[in-house]
Amino acid sequence: MNWPDLLIIVVQCLVIAIAVTTAFAYLTLFERRLLARFQHRIGPNRAGPNGFLQPVADAVKLFFKEDVIPSAADKAVYLLAPAVAVIPAIIIWAVIPFGCLNTNWDYRACFADPHAAGLHNILQIAEIDVGVLYLLAVTSIGVYGITLAGWASNNKYSMLGGIRSSAQLISYELALGCSVLAVVMTYSSLSTATIVHEQGGLWGIVPQFLAFIIFMVASTAEVVRAPFDLVEAEQELVGGYNTEYGSMKFALFFMTEYIKLIAVSAMAVTFFFGGWRFPGLEALGAGIEPLAGPMAASIAVGLASLGSFLLKLVAFLYLSVWIRASWPRLRYDRLMDMGWKWLLPLGLANIVYTAVVLVLVPNRYIAGLILLVLGLISLAVANSFNKVPKPVDNVTYVKDLRSQAMIPAATRATDD
Amino acid sequence: MDLILFLITAAVALIGAVAMLLVRNAIHSALFLLLNFGAIAVLFLLLQSPFLFTIQLTVYAGAIMVLFLFVVMLLGAERIEDSTDRIAWQRPLSLLLGLALLVMTVVGALRGGAGAMPPSGEATASFGDPATLGALLFTRYLLPFEITGVILLIAVIGVVVLNQRGRHTAVTKPPVGD
Repeated sequence: MNWPDLLIIVVQCLVIAIAVTTAFAYLTLFERRLLARFQHRIGPNRAGPNGFLQPVADAVKLFFKEDVIPSAADKAVYLLAPAVAVIPAIIIWAVIPFGCLNTNWDYRACFADPHAAGLHNILQIAEIDVGVLYLLAVTSIGVYGITLAGWASNNKYSMLGGIRSSAQLISYELALGCSVLAVVMTYSSLSTATIVHEQGGLWGIVPQFLAFIIFMVASTAEVVRAPFDLVEAEQELVGGYNTEYGSMKFALFFMTEYIKLIAVSAMAVTFFFGGWRFPGLEALGAGIEPLAGPMAASIAVGLASLGSFLLKLVAFLYLSVWIRASWPRLRYDRLMDMGWKWLLPLGLANIVYTAVVLVLVPNRYIAGLILLVLGLISLAVANSFNKVPKPVDNVTYVKDLRSQAMIPAATRATDD
Repeated sequence: MDLILFLITAAVALIGAVAMLLVRNAIHSALFLLLNFGAIAVLFLLLQSPFLFTIQLTVYAGAIMVLFLFVVMLLGAERIEDSTDRIAWQRPLSLLLGLALLVMTVVGALRGGAGAMPPSGEATASFGDPATLGALLFTRYLLPFEITGVILLIAVIGVVVLNQRGRHTAVTKPPVGD
């Protein structure tokens, strides 16, 4: 590797890091304004036109707040935790293709096999042959920041929040992995660029509709957003794992959550909505090339693909805010039930019938439609099972304990 | 370039490993182990194997460390370090075994000529490639692979059984006071 290439990579990394942190800042504004709309309010609109400078104001406020370290905290780990949380959220972006801007100035290479020579796409930092595994690996180490923050603060609410989040993240990681695995099987590749390329004719949501649903639920849980935000259930835990954090350290946790939200949305776009692909993109390149030359054509295709990716991303972020505005928080045992007893079996069933259908049906469009029907059927069946109004045994178990021990709940609570 | 990266990563891995042994607090020790695993993952990356890199991160850094932290936290094990060893012969035996392992590794490395790093780009394209690896697992190493699967299944069943047993005894014999 020579120095200019290295320089390009450094610049790419810097641009991505700055872009996602800016995106985080404006996502908070986007979310607050939208939530206000959903709740029939106005939302922050004082700083700048339509509240445009609100994120700047928030950032300045957080920077100038007093930085307190609890005296009982484990200082080193306490200071390390925000960094450990934010790093995975940023490095996850390395393998996501934002678009296709070929610097060899040949737009056709974008629509051919991504591993052929002649494609030098600067809108994806690293094209590795195990990109999907990389995404899952980085997601799985994301839990450290939260767990360590909960432990190092030396506060029982932080600790409870940290433990809750560890359990939740580990549980939903399996369902997430299962849904992604089905996509990998459908496109028989672990490379994100190939998965995007293979979705040329038919977006991934058609053959993998069930996987898409599982992915959406599991990824919402994985970024601990409503309705799965038990980690920071303020009624029960004050603020969760970040209770003892203030100033910029709190902002880093906040940032982690939102960047992870954008990242899983980008993953959903890449796996299920064709990534940067859009019908007519190739025609755009073909139309511009005779008019303005190959360089203009590839730049136009690059910008259009980036735009299409961002548009899909914003649609997903809107969906996520909408979900947050619409659903109340789940109870903890329900959350665990959903992860282990519904999403994981559904994900495994999906893998099984994806494998069978892909082997038996050679035509991928027909196979896609069969898989779509199978996915809808299993969703309907699972939904009808789930309607049974049955008390969840964990809750009754606690009640049994209480009644048998003959200890009133009040005295037990005052023991500590 | 590669050499510089290798030296830095190797130094980090060694520091992590040594610090893991020397630090008194169990949580800090776990964190240094995590640092060591991360550095080893980067070493795999330097050896042109992104697959092993992700596996190292997922399996070691991700899963095992999370469970380890769980145990350490829930048992409050970070404070028992100060007590004296309950099993007296444990320490010399572990030192002896560790030394034996080190000698074996060094001898193996010297005989196999593995002391030199493979130059970058020379590693074959299919080395550590997930498709090749999967094909090998399902053809040549099918039996060990399936045995591993059965062992893991047994572990899962064991966890469920143990959990159920704990639950029933707790119902018949409730804890009184904390």
